[in-house]
Amino acid sequence: MEMTGKNNETMKMDDAFCLGGQTFNSRLLTGTGKFASREIIAPMLEGCGSEMITVALRRVDGDAGAKNILSYIPKGVTLLPNTSGARTAEEAVRIARIARAAGCGDFIKIEVITEMKYLMPDNYETLNATKTLAAEGFKVLPYIMPDLTLAHRLQDAGAAAVMPLGSPIGSNRGIKMEEMIRIIIESMDIPVIVDAGIGRPSQAAQAMEMGADAVLVNTAIATSADPVMAARAFAMGVAAGRMAFCADMAAQTNQAQASSPLTGFLRETA
Amino acid sequence: MEIQLNGKLITTSAPNVMALVKARGLDPGSVIIEYNKNVIKQDVWDKTPVRPGDILELLSFVGGG
Repeated sequence: MEMTGKNNETMKMDDAFCLGGQTFNSRLLTGTGKFASREIIAPMLEGCGSEMITVALRRVDGDAGAKNILSYIPKGVTLLPNTSGARTAEEAVRIARIARAAGCGDFIKIEVITEMKYLMPDNYETLNATKTLAAEGFKVLPYIMPDLTLAHRLQDAGAAAVMPLGSPIGSNRGIKMEEMIRIIIESMDIPVIVDAGIGRPSQAAQAMEMGADAVLVNTAIATSADPVMAARAFAMGVAAGRMAFCADMAAQTNQAQASSPLTGFLRETA
Repeated sequence: MEIQLNGKLITTSAPNVMALVKARGLDPGSVIIEYNKNVIKQDVWDKTPVRPGDILELLSFVGGG
């Protein structure tokens, strides 16, 4: 079954998601933050089919017994280290290099934040970090405030995707940046992954219906009462939204469009 | 001797990086070490001497989104 979708590319119903030269079946990216118990991460991944998960890097001070988060992530799941904690491009680059040297692979989510109330990404530092890391062969996924001009510059710099925020990190407020994200989706050749603020499966479905290539959900899954079930619900939302996008849903209209014949039951005219 | 560990000056007598990690009570399997700005793999920790003025970062992967 073939159909027309983004940029008039031909897609198949079982369309795979290609990111940084790697193919994924799942369009739901997940994170390892905020879980009450790290033992839930593996069943959460299994339940929702997510094939890529974020991790962060920090100094170890004191908590001598703490086990590395990587030991809770099943083999076969692609790691997406983030540069959280970085305040400058330089720090983000340093974190990325450490993560790769530590065996985490080439994917890196650039996250440079200096504004601590809304945790808005610093687009300028993010662009600079992306230029450096893409030139070093990293598969760079920059987390950004949705800005079309910046997205083009990131694409030109060699980013593997762009990750515009839906609403502030951890806010569960959904796709508040809808119009800006829609424009970016329409304009980019590289994948667009909506990250941050997706708090409900319906919001994940909305992003996918808009034509996002994938979404990243962490807080909403990790802080729900049942993360495994929540993750499954998000996977279904993502799949439904993707199918709707591929099905090229009909346009909205202000007036009614009859779905039954307009002729009267006992008359020939309406 | 004095070294800089995770941004702080500390005094240690550990002869090498592995001894330093153990002296801090850390599980070597969970730690990533940046030694004078270069990540060094665990199999060379016991051959990497700790010298005065060295800058070390002991890091670990943690949960994050």
